[in-house]
Amino acid sequence: MIDVLYFAWVRERIGLPREKVETGAATVADLIDELRGREDRYAAAFADISALRVALDQELSSFDAPLSGVREVAFFPPMTGG
Amino acid sequence: MRVAVQPALFDPGAELTAFTAGVRGAGAVVSFTGLVRDEGGSLSGMEIEHYPGMTEKAIAGMVEEAVARWTLSDALVIHRYGPLKPGEAIMMVATAAPHRGDAFAAAEFLMDYLKSRAPFWKKETGAGGGAWVAAKDADEEALKRW
Repeated sequence: MIDVLYFAWVRERIGLPREKVETGAATVADLIDELRGREDRYAAAFADISALRVALDQELSSFDAPLSGVREVAFFPPMTGG
Repeated sequence: MRVAVQPALFDPGAELTAFTAGVRGAGAVVSFTGLVRDEGGSLSGMEIEHYPGMTEKAIAGMVEEAVARWTLSDALVIHRYGPLKPGEAIMMVATAAPHRGDAFAAAEFLMDYLKSRAPFWKKETGAGGGAWVAAKDADEEALKRW
């Protein structure tokens, strides 16, 4: 069971800020494939991976990163701070 | 070193005065304050979302890196989230160093990293509703100089 968090337009498109996901996905990309298959709103949010960033346990990571031992995955658009 | 991530308004002048008063052994203080633009009156405000926990860690990491790269006496980062109005301060960075070169460089480094590596997302609100601000290629490009 991992916590999956969504921010900004990813959160709006999926319609919730966080959820617990039961998954056997080996990598971030595998998890995205699983989520995409759930419902249209997930497919819409994950349609273009190049428009997304991912953090694993609050550290920026990459889509091919393994999920083993990870407790929290967050998906969001490129950051616009400052 | 102080990092504050907060919804509350802050007074950049008062913060700079307090920061400068608390610095020991510095010969230079540089500060930057980012404001909400009004875009010619078309913008009614801004909403900033962030990732609690990661935001504080990411900024602390940037400050640590700045301290490792330049000779700094002190550094301050304040960044707001939540609803903001045009003209209000969004964030500020201040650095103090024995010499101005290090203070300027570290402040610019922190600014560039806050823009693209701190988990904040800006949404502009106006008459036509809200629109997420898109990240600029130039901001990502700016990181390469460090």
